[in-house]
Amino acid sequence: MNKLSNEVWVFIEQRNGKPADVSFELLSKGHKLALNMGGVLKAVLIGDQVKGIAKETFSYGVDEAIVIEHPDLLAYKTMPYSRIMNQLVNEAQPRIVLFGATIIGRDLAPRVASNTKSGLTADCTDLKIDTIKYLGKEYKDLLLQIRPAFGGNIIATIITPDNPTQIATVREGVMEKHTSTAVKEIKITEIPFKPDPSDDLVRIIEQNVEESKINLKGAPIIVSGGYGLGTKENFKLIYDLAHTIGGEVAGSRAAVDAGFIPPERQVGQTGVTVRPKLYIAIGISGAIQHRAGMQESNKIIAINSDPDAPIFGVSHYGIVGDAAEVIPNFIEAYKQKLK
Amino acid sequence: MFNSIVLVKQVPDTANISGKVMKDDGTVNRSKLPAIFNHEDKVALELALRIKETYGGKVTAITMGPPRASDILRECLYMGADAVYLISDRKFAGADTLATSYVLSEAIKKIGNYDFIFAGRQAIDGDTAQVGPQTAEKLNIPQVTYVEEIINCKKDRVTIRKKIEGGYEIVEAAYPVLLTIIKDAAESRPYKAKRIMAYKNAKSLTDLEGMTEGNSLLYTDKLVHEYQEKNLFIPTFTMDELKLDPERCGVKGSPTKVFKIESVVLGGGNHIKVEATKTGIGNLIDQLMADHIFG
Repeated sequence: MNKLSNEVWVFIEQRNGKPADVSFELLSKGHKLALNMGGVLKAVLIGDQVKGIAKETFSYGVDEAIVIEHPDLLAYKTMPYSRIMNQLVNEAQPRIVLFGATIIGRDLAPRVASNTKSGLTADCTDLKIDTIKYLGKEYKDLLLQIRPAFGGNIIATIITPDNPTQIATVREGVMEKHTSTAVKEIKITEIPFKPDPSDDLVRIIEQNVEESKINLKGAPIIVSGGYGLGTKENFKLIYDLAHTIGGEVAGSRAAVDAGFIPPERQVGQTGVTVRPKLYIAIGISGAIQHRAGMQESNKIIAINSDPDAPIFGVSHYGIVGDAAEVIPNFIEAYKQKLK
Repeated sequence: MFNSIVLVKQVPDTANISGKVMKDDGTVNRSKLPAIFNHEDKVALELALRIKETYGGKVTAITMGPPRASDILRECLYMGADAVYLISDRKFAGADTLATSYVLSEAIKKIGNYDFIFAGRQAIDGDTAQVGPQTAEKLNIPQVTYVEEIINCKKDRVTIRKKIEGGYEIVEAAYPVLLTIIKDAAESRPYKAKRIMAYKNAKSLTDLEGMTEGNSLLYTDKLVHEYQEKNLFIPTFTMDELKLDPERCGVKGSPTKVFKIESVVLGGGNHIKVEATKTGIGNLIDQLMADHIFG
């Protein structure tokens, strides 16, 4: 095999000229990975007039930004964006490429992995560089891609041992965003864009985006319900408690699947990762999939009728009991205390 | 007229994991988990059937998996699929999404003559959402992921509403195109009693081999012929039949490897136990107020 690259790339996602938070989170992680493998961090930006965002990435330890600008690239489109990424990755064969596990990232990353025949691991909850032994062979500075698997009931470490490029996606909020103290000189490399007839195979006719009113990531208090609530009717208790104590409502994947709450409110590996001051988990058993998204909360209260529910393992306070009785008690006690 | 090929997958029912399917060491006992038809794939099949009903055409469902995956192909027939194929070979075992999409794309090329490829957005056992886009890339066709609605099909283009971050987009795609469907796009139809009666005995080659095993009066070749005559034979594509490169199949063709699996110890932990009474909860609230979380 030829000498492997030492470059870590992060695809910087922007929507209408606004960079996605997850991209900066990935840069923060990517900076650490690059340091650990003695490599360099590069940001890749595709869009129209995105040099401002490119400059912003240097606060996160970026060594070089690769920019492809063209009016046709204003909005994300699978065909031109993947064509550009395929070409860049095939030519440079960076050691690691990171994408946000957003709707765009999940559309783009698999096409790039397929075209470049690279390994791709979705929804990683942690990434590490390590030298490991696999099947009797030593691999230096390999990317360990850690993710809950099998519906979130086990934790798997995935590796791409024998390919030049390792690609991973990470959900928003999973990695912490922090700027780097060692800001380097701004170095932007522009690559020209050549339109192609295939760019027009899918045309955007209309785009409709509303600022989300749900802000789970920023909420100091979250009241979260699970499948254990049993019915949508019972789930109203979650809203009642959240309303009383001034919290946001969230739920587990099972609660979303059961139709108790919309997917935008899902906490967990395949939902949002939160770190509130207080997280109250009610009727949530506590599969890894859910815990991955809330276990770093400052204080966790678990309410569950099953005293052996795994959720108690990550809680600071545990109440064993039926939600239909505990929640009204909670609301009443709270109102009395804050009278 | 629009022809569709629908990618379906049989998955373990990971949503209903309870204490009973966890082994003492904390790992999952797969044999205790029922295998089900991945829900979003069923919704994808529903949309393909609606296109057929509105504009005419043919709906073909394919799955890659072990022989028992023929269960969900029968279910596709119950819903209204015109043809089904099982893509199965021991050499496919251990395939990651890259190897899987290679096999599926070659099977699609062999079937040919399609305007749409449909797939669920993702399967619940891996949640990767990768196989759809990777298959489209290998077929060198465009894709629209997170499809919420197919608005209409014109001769040259299909109009689609797709989900994007914080909203939706209306797009027009040229044929052929691969679509991945989210569960809210439609309610999948119940199985038709008449079709269950007609297809419950549909069998794949492995199914028929199972029947002849230990019964010297039955011959597989003869059974296959008989089932073909009755239109109850589910064809199987193997690695050889698809003329695949063995280096790109199964474990060999999969760049990603599972290095380590850790089961999570499910325990009580060191939490403070709070009584479910008003007094107990009151004390907890006092504590949270002292910590400046409340108040």
